[in-house]
Amino acid sequence: MKPGARLALIVGGLSCALLAVAMGALFVGSAGVPPGSVLAVLLGRELPEPVARVVVLDLRLPRIAVAALAGGALAVAGAGLQALTRNPLAEPSVLGVSSGAAFGVVTGQLFGLGTGLLDSLGLTVFAFAGAFVAGGAVYLIAARAGGLPVHSLLLAGVIVGIFFSSAITVLISLVDTNRLGGIIQWLLGNVVPVAPGALAVFTVVAATGFALIFADARRLNLLALGEDAAQELGVNAVAVKRRLFAGAALLVSAVVAFAGPIGFVGLIVPHAARMLLGPDNRLLLPAVALGGGVFLLIADTLARNVVAPAELSVGVLTSFCGAPFFVYLLRTRATLAAP
Amino acid sequence: MTAVAELRSVGFEYPAAQASSRTREPFSLREVSLAVEPGEIVGVIGPNASGKTTLIRLFSGLLRPTRGEVLLEGQPLARMTRAAVATRVGVVPQDVPRDFPYTVEELVLMGRFPHAPGRFFESVEDRRVAWEAMGQVGVRGLAGERCDRLSGGERQRVMLARALAQEPRLLVLDEPTAHLDLRYQVECVGLLRRLNAEQGLSVVLVSHDLDLAAHLCHRLLLLSEGRAARQGDPEFVLETATLQAAYGCPVAVDRHPVTGRRSVHVVWPEPQTTKGR
Repeated sequence: MKPGARLALIVGGLSCALLAVAMGALFVGSAGVPPGSVLAVLLGRELPEPVARVVVLDLRLPRIAVAALAGGALAVAGAGLQALTRNPLAEPSVLGVSSGAAFGVVTGQLFGLGTGLLDSLGLTVFAFAGAFVAGGAVYLIAARAGGLPVHSLLLAGVIVGIFFSSAITVLISLVDTNRLGGIIQWLLGNVVPVAPGALAVFTVVAATGFALIFADARRLNLLALGEDAAQELGVNAVAVKRRLFAGAALLVSAVVAFAGPIGFVGLIVPHAARMLLGPDNRLLLPAVALGGGVFLLIADTLARNVVAPAELSVGVLTSFCGAPFFVYLLRTRATLAAP
Repeated sequence: MTAVAELRSVGFEYPAAQASSRTREPFSLREVSLAVEPGEIVGVIGPNASGKTTLIRLFSGLLRPTRGEVLLEGQPLARMTRAAVATRVGVVPQDVPRDFPYTVEELVLMGRFPHAPGRFFESVEDRRVAWEAMGQVGVRGLAGERCDRLSGGERQRVMLARALAQEPRLLVLDEPTAHLDLRYQVECVGLLRRLNAEQGLSVVLVSHDLDLAAHLCHRLLLLSEGRAARQGDPEFVLETATLQAAYGCPVAVDRHPVTGRRSVHVVWPEPQTTKGR
């Protein structure tokens, strides 16, 4: 099969899957809206109970959109960072980038930024700055002449992550207790419904990040040969690194700003996709963009239903799955963990 | 005739920060000139840290000279894009990285990148050229295999196919036989000879194996401490006094019993005889 046709098939198939899961998620929730009412709302019919309309269109639908976007963004950032570092364990939360972005968001919240449209733009800017500083710090700590050794990259990520987590704790101690609940709820990683304007901002930022990374998909394949060999084949490795880094920082900061730091999606989804589709980033990146959406959407739907009427935060759920998966990768890919 | 590639009195030094961490100043180059003519095989020899690898990295533009200039077919390399350089110079690395996940065909297709860096998927023509290159080195049967599951000799031929897919004028090889057993060494030399004879492909290679260099190369460049100690045909360069001075150890040069070409032998130290034993 031609690669173009293969790509179309993958994108088509996963789009259908995402749509199906999204439809399914519209019908479940703690509000107990009967399926008939959901269908009626979707078809635009008048209902005697206006609550159903609010639950489906103003609560469930935006939340589904945020989950799909966040999952896709995290998976693409993870896949991109793994290709760039040639390290299967690279992932925004492992590399401290998420913590940096979270620090940025908490700082923004201390300045009084809330959930309005301009506020969410501002928070994204704060998150981006935090992600960029954290990622840059990790890079500078870990870089050696001739590349990024895996062990120093992971250690640097852990250290920078701890640093920013502590910084967040310091900031939280300064907040008055009334606002504390909201911040902590957000820090756990929660998909919450956001206003249509903010959703549009999220979409644009995430799409920009994805485009930056996806445009370099073929070059990322060549980078698997090592930086020198890629340069000798005509790839400007430095420029690719910069674009990928900026793209990943955009994706992660958007997710952190809108949904909080959700870990390990960028680890689980790209690995599953690689097992099914092989290593080619031209197929992999679009596949994980959609697959990540499916994954986080399922996770979030579970999170808001398993302990209903209470809710688990989806970040907790993904970390429960992701941490053992990380250990599994570390143990089975021993050669990759060596310098 | 315009040289395929030319180093014009190039000098190279690693940035001070990197040099200071080392005791000496190895790998630097001073005032080296080398022109590779069309259809020529040039060997770069010399002791460790004499600058061999540095020198061939100048040809691919991976390193930029701090003095002098590099010309590809008369054009200054410094003014070309990386992709333009890669359509003229194909580098054969020593090995693929560990856990390199792509198949042989996918790897060879990567050699087509510089011909259309903006293209997202390889064209039909790209696939044809890659298939052709795989045929030339006899790895078509391995097309679907994962590169990191091949033997050393197979991997090297696959790397050669990737370089050929670039359709270069100059092939650059760093220690092509370093990891190969005798049979694959012979195979590798035969392959390079054939590509050189059939396509007029120019070759620059670094080798520690002086007999191989004597046999394969039309011309040799002997580097010593970053300078060109001697340059010329193997008969001229592979000489006892010259080699002893460059390598700093006793050698004996004679003729290969079958081919009659120069053959270099190390004079190994004899075991110490202690009196009274």
